[in-house]
Amino acid sequence: MIDPFLNNGFMQRALVAGILVSLTCAIVGTYVVLRGMAFIGDALAHGVLPGVGMATILGLPTMLGAAVGAVVMIAGVGLITARSKLSNDTAIGLLFIGLLALGVVFVSSSDSLTGDLEAILFGQFLGVDTTDLLVQTLALLAVSAISLFSARPFLLLCFDIDLVSTMGYKAQWYQRLMLFVIAATVVVSFQTVGSLLVFGMLLAPAGVGALLAKRIGSMMMWAVGTGVLSTYLGLLASYHFSWAAGASVVLTAVAIFFLALIFVSIRKSARSASA
Amino acid sequence: MNSTAVVARRLVVGYDGRAVLSGIDAYLKAGGSTALVGSNGSGKSTLLKTLAGLLPPVDGALEILGGKVGEMSQKVAYLSQFHPSGFVLPLCAIDVVRMARYDQRGRWAKRSPSDDIIVAESMEMMKVANLANTPLRDLSGGQQQRVYLAQVLARRAGLLLLDEPTAGLDAPGRAAYMDAMVFERQRGAAIVTATHDVAEASTCDRVLLVAGRIVADGPPAIVMTPENLLETFGIGLTKVGDHLVVTEHHHDH
Repeated sequence: MIDPFLNNGFMQRALVAGILVSLTCAIVGTYVVLRGMAFIGDALAHGVLPGVGMATILGLPTMLGAAVGAVVMIAGVGLITARSKLSNDTAIGLLFIGLLALGVVFVSSSDSLTGDLEAILFGQFLGVDTTDLLVQTLALLAVSAISLFSARPFLLLCFDIDLVSTMGYKAQWYQRLMLFVIAATVVVSFQTVGSLLVFGMLLAPAGVGALLAKRIGSMMMWAVGTGVLSTYLGLLASYHFSWAAGASVVLTAVAIFFLALIFVSIRKSARSASA
Repeated sequence: MNSTAVVARRLVVGYDGRAVLSGIDAYLKAGGSTALVGSNGSGKSTLLKTLAGLLPPVDGALEILGGKVGEMSQKVAYLSQFHPSGFVLPLCAIDVVRMARYDQRGRWAKRSPSDDIIVAESMEMMKVANLANTPLRDLSGGQQQRVYLAQVLARRAGLLLLDEPTAGLDAPGRAAYMDAMVFERQRGAAIVTATHDVAEASTCDRVLLVAGRIVADGPPAIVMTPENLLETFGIGLTKVGDHLVVTEHHHDH
């Protein structure tokens, strides 16, 4: 059970990277689930694709390209909703599909990108280096600091946006800050788990927390536990069965979510029967 | 505590510069209560949101607790009409009430023992102390409304702005609410309530009947005449004892 991690440096780095991603996604994913921002999270995760593709073609850092993609997505959603009567969902959907299509056009027009596509979409869990780990650690520290500093307004945002303003906090400012934190998590984590799968790490562990916890703090703890366990079990499965590492980790997290859902349903039925 | 809670002169409220309710001249003193009565879309909630600082006034002058709108947020409590997160968030009832104390001693200051006492008293007043550690999502709609009202009480505010406060409350819940409002007024708090419940409005000092404009403004006994209610709601209502009886339907054509 632990031999693959003891004997292989790449497995140790993958485990550390996965734990860092799990911790970051647990904090941010909690707000994504509670604030009902799954769609913008999904759109950000997919919308970084053209930025990454363009950065690869130009020989720039892919994370820079992903960041540009995320900024275009957020600014575009703001622009469409400000200049039209269209809902947030429509604006997000339009940009999501538009940026994804642009990314596919980039990839299909460049032979050099075709080989990188799998790495962009599904990550390079087993290929992370020390620099990746450092960047991921800094991201975790930044996300933790912002979430701690903004814990009260973030909780109020999830509870009732009107309360944020009536209690003297700047609602718009904290909304943007929350969006920034989600975007930063996607941008930093996509190299490890990939732009498709990072969304799974944002949603599945936090979803387990939402099912099982009575309080926000314990929801985050459940999310952390689920993320770390998924990383460990997923990497183990990947090592023994030669499965794609990122997909194995996310699949494990989603499987734990469904186990939690079954457990909660059975517990609810049992309580109803005994009442 | 400031002796004037609300002063409005030729106030116009609405969204994006578009007027929803206009011609509001209002004065509410500390310890006073005003009911905004009207049908759906009449502008009650828009006016409350403007008083709470959530919407800028379209026109006119507005003063809250002696200051500009939004400046006195620490001394204002607002109950919104809808709480869509109530059945989703992993929060216990006491966590929701504790939110009321977030900005009372600095936005990031830790909760004090006096905060805990106020939270406990507020929950006791709304008869939800026994539900303190129950997840909000496990409570019924009426129980959740009592928790939200306890949150309002826990702010110990100078001005309470309540949008449909008795929605979903059963008879004991309404009784607890009425007792709590008496306590708040004795404490010196002013209350503005938006409601379409005419019986509830008749317990206030003053009633504003609204229908996109002020139909009538004054003490309930004088304002709530069958003619005014017909103009406000489009149906004739007459107060018979504690009940309201529909007496006439209004037809535009």
